[in-house]
Amino acid sequence: MADEKNNEKNKAEEKAPRRKRRTKPRVTQDEIITIENVTKTYQTGSPALNGISLHIKRGEFVFIVGDSGSGKSTLIKLLLRELEPTSGNITVMGYNLGRIRHRQIPKFRRKLGIVFQDFRLLKDRNVYENVAFAQRVVQTPPGKIRNNVTAMLSLVGLAPKYKNKVTQLSGGEQQRVALARALVNKPDILLADEPTGNLDPGNSWEIMKLMEQINERGTTVIVVTHNREIVNSMRKRVVTMNQGVIVEDMEEGIYRDDD
Amino acid sequence: MMISTFWYTLGQGFKNLTRNGWYTLASIATITASLFLFGIFYAVLANFQNIVQEAEKGVSVTVFFHKGTTEDEMLALKAELEMRPEVRQVDFESAAAAWEEFKSQYLGEYAEGYGGDNPLEDSSNLQIYMTDVSRQSSLVSYIESVNIVRVVNRSEIAASTLSAANRLIALVSFGIIALLIAVSVFLISNTVAVGISIRSEEITIMKYIGATDFIVRAPFVIEGIIIGLIGSLLPMGIVYLIYRAATDYFSSRFTMLKSFFSFLPTSAFFGNLMLITVIIGVGIGFFGSMITVRRHLRV
Repeated sequence: MADEKNNEKNKAEEKAPRRKRRTKPRVTQDEIITIENVTKTYQTGSPALNGISLHIKRGEFVFIVGDSGSGKSTLIKLLLRELEPTSGNITVMGYNLGRIRHRQIPKFRRKLGIVFQDFRLLKDRNVYENVAFAQRVVQTPPGKIRNNVTAMLSLVGLAPKYKNKVTQLSGGEQQRVALARALVNKPDILLADEPTGNLDPGNSWEIMKLMEQINERGTTVIVVTHNREIVNSMRKRVVTMNQGVIVEDMEEGIYRDDD
Repeated sequence: MMISTFWYTLGQGFKNLTRNGWYTLASIATITASLFLFGIFYAVLANFQNIVQEAEKGVSVTVFFHKGTTEDEMLALKAELEMRPEVRQVDFESAAAAWEEFKSQYLGEYAEGYGGDNPLEDSSNLQIYMTDVSRQSSLVSYIESVNIVRVVNRSEIAASTLSAANRLIALVSFGIIALLIAVSVFLISNTVAVGISIRSEEITIMKYIGATDFIVRAPFVIEGIIIGLIGSLLPMGIVYLIYRAATDYFSSRFTMLKSFFSFLPTSAFFGNLMLITVIIGVGIGFFGSMITVRRHLRV
């Protein structure tokens, strides 16, 4: 008994420094996202992002708010490495996204979980398949897939409906499936782009509470949203964007009106 | 690649076939049609070529010698000619044998009037059969340069007609094959493009989740290969049955044809045809889908 306890202790001690070592070399202590002076200009028009800088620590919960056209979507696309910055530096989980090789992008994205406003589920498959799909494409051994998927579906409260077609689910349930899919690969960061945009207030709160739980388990959560009520009552860090720049960045912030 | 990945990719490839079922069916149908035509042409051309080759076997060059040439010298030339690659066979006919044959064929009992004389004593000759009649004229000019040779008889028209026919067959088959392949590649590429547009959302999701290019692309390529495979096996079955039925019909109806030529049995060419068709079909499927996937999936 005593030995076992010691072993567990040792394991815990081994794990802690290893994690530190991984983040140390490139970024400052425990910083998981570093955006330095980033500008993104599309071929036409004025810059979508104009020299923004943002630092996010491991384990943080951050709201990014702003009107449409403020540059939020561009920022998400840059973080996903769907786009490259025109100038400036983005480092996410130690990957320098300006220099990352094409072949490394899939590996990088496996450490990111992403949730969209329109869920983006595969409509011709059932709940289980939608979550398992994420594990298949990253080549998880089939024996592990079932355990991981079942665990994730229990976490989001959809285990009883694992056989249902996603089209038979409500919006809130669909978003929970999407959340399970985003989390099943155990990402370091969860990126949610307007996750409650298509949901009624009740379901919106359900989703937000799930995200908070996930955050408490150590995952960094970044939520882009319009939902003033939720932002104001959750008292998290709030980054406000307007016309391509960050106009405010507050701990325990609120979603302010422009006027 | 892991084994489970292999099965996943294969399974997805098969599922793609059913997901856009009508397009799959349409492209299998068109490839089947293309390769069916190809198969029919191949069978017809194989028979035609066979006829030409049979005819070529009968075309020969006959060499006569100057007076006083010994039989040893003639046989030495025979041996020399047999070494040449374009020469299939050389027959020697001595003057005595020629006279014997002439007597038995045309003179019968009247031949006794000639006693021991041989009026054909200068007619010892070499009969040369070639493997490739298109090289006849160069062979003839070589033989004419040999000093013991008096005259060389040949049929220039037969040789040139046959080699022209051979060239035409090669040209026609090449043209038809090229055309059919181009059409089929276009069609497969269309099917895959449709498949990709239908599944563009799934592909986007896969990319966000962190699927490698390979995992995204492989099901489409497998879909193309399966279409190509089915599209090549199907027409081969049809060609096989039709060929059998048609040759049976013609041989029994037009028995007088038999004196001119006989149809090739399926065993003589079908193995080759099958191999070529499957390679073409799978090749069309592979490259058609590969090109499309590369163009449409910038993953």
